[in-house]
Amino acid sequence: MSDTHIDIEYTAKLARINLTDEEKEKLSGQLDSIIGYVEKLEELDTNGVEPTAHPHPVYNVWQEDEVKGELSTEEALKNAPAQRENMVIVPKVVD
Amino acid sequence: MEYEAVIGLEVHVQIKAESKIFSRVRAGYGHEPNTLVDPVVMGLPGALPVMNKAALDGIIKAGLALNCTIPDYCKWDRKNYFYPDSPNNYQITQYDQPICDGGSVEIEMPGHNRGEMGEHKEIKLTRIHLENDVGKLNHFSEDSLVDYNRAFTSLMEIVSEPDMHSGEEAFAFLTAIRQTMIYCGISDCDMEKGQMRADANISVRPVGQKELGQKIELKNLNSITGVKNGIEYEIKRQTRELKKGNTIKQATWRWNAELGQTEMMREKEDAHDYRYFPDPDLMPVKIDDEWRNRLRDEIPELPWNKQRRFLEEYSLPYSITSVLVPDRELSDWFESAAKQSPKSAQAIGNLVVNDLLRELGEAGQVLRDCKITPDSLLGLVQVVEKGTIPKNVANKDVFPEMFKSGETAEQVIERKGLKPDFDEDQVKVWCQEAIDENPKPVQNYKDGNEKALNALLGPVMKKSRGKANPQLVNKLIRELID
Repeated sequence: MSDTHIDIEYTAKLARINLTDEEKEKLSGQLDSIIGYVEKLEELDTNGVEPTAHPHPVYNVWQEDEVKGELSTEEALKNAPAQRENMVIVPKVVD
Repeated sequence: MEYEAVIGLEVHVQIKAESKIFSRVRAGYGHEPNTLVDPVVMGLPGALPVMNKAALDGIIKAGLALNCTIPDYCKWDRKNYFYPDSPNNYQITQYDQPICDGGSVEIEMPGHNRGEMGEHKEIKLTRIHLENDVGKLNHFSEDSLVDYNRAFTSLMEIVSEPDMHSGEEAFAFLTAIRQTMIYCGISDCDMEKGQMRADANISVRPVGQKELGQKIELKNLNSITGVKNGIEYEIKRQTRELKKGNTIKQATWRWNAELGQTEMMREKEDAHDYRYFPDPDLMPVKIDDEWRNRLRDEIPELPWNKQRRFLEEYSLPYSITSVLVPDRELSDWFESAAKQSPKSAQAIGNLVVNDLLRELGEAGQVLRDCKITPDSLLGLVQVVEKGTIPKNVANKDVFPEMFKSGETAEQVIERKGLKPDFDEDQVKVWCQEAIDENPKPVQNYKDGNEKALNALLGPVMKKSRGKANPQLVNKLIRELID
């Protein structure tokens, strides 16, 4: 188990979710154990190893600019809890 | 105390492409809501983004045109945030290794009048990076509706240094970027369609102070004029606050174009925490000289260079170049006539800028569909140079006919019988008659009033039914009197 503790209130705020006290306690424990698991990696000596986000040195993966494939509007909006005029309804947010 | 403003701009420009930046669904504007979508755009689980080669070509070309360094390597990062404009809950962007470093934009300030070139300056850029555009929110009284058609359009963000000091400079900066992008075919930069959007960071400090004042972020600058007006308003507001002894608080403001004022959107309570990390779905990009050079070769002569060349090679007045050059097609059209006869360039330029643009406007036509060709326009100018018909007849009677029918100048002159059916001796006779019939202006001229002779031009033109060459008439009248 790690000594690092996650700031659960801050994390919930960034994710725009509200948590009950029970949920906070439960999720704090779970997230702490995930962090602890990942921290095992710090035991490795990585001096001289260049950081990378990819296991294989592959570059320049792309496609030419040709249109293919789409999703029907109906399919695309299937997961939306509410819709109007083929658009997703969300609470009034101004940013 | 005197104050000065410091301004930096963040300019978003959509790259023109058939498909989106990380998926091959169609990109476009003005389509029915949520029709340009696919699993990648909607952030569905398991969907994998794949880069669009055209977006990379577009931004590298933009970077080269704006004097950036294109590094050998760049990568993709996730910017995490929760907001309905992005179903993925992150934007794919470039955090610490953008595809274009540094750079600069040459701008022109307004001259003293329309006929005079203004001062040119260089505005420094920090970087340009590539990212996906996001969905569009439409706000109503009770809720907001989201359309994801715009999401994942190829978008570059051009970030300037805090290197500008007035609304006019910001206006000139955007104008220069827009023209460069259009010339290179990278974007149409139509602000009404959201193809170019700008946010400004504005701060004010006492003149002589080294450190920058507290900056305000200004959003909702929806047109190039809006950028100028919004910034000018905000500079005045901040200066007024400082003079009153108040402090400026870090906040985001918006420009309200209808009311002509800025208004506060929100105070920044804590800094954003985007938790950037490298995107595991997308591979880094390596760029070599062969690629850079191929794109550099595709960049056309850029507007300021073209304008300097037109001024020098064709001795055009500035006012003509400033109409021609912003329009790449129009200036190329002009040049294909002018390069055949550089001495006629000014006459060609005048016809293009005044007559051609007027006829195109009235006919609601674009240059591409126009019947008159650069060669036939040159033909018209040469007919005037030879003295076959006077300039006013060429402009008023011949040009509009050529525009309508696509005939050559000779064909119109022939068809309408515009060629004078008299010789110089006949003109001389008319001039003598006019002198005899108008003793008063003649006497005034003899008494030293040079301009008095203008009164004789009308009668002679009338006798020739408008076909005499006014320059010849003026010359003959003087000879006859003197």
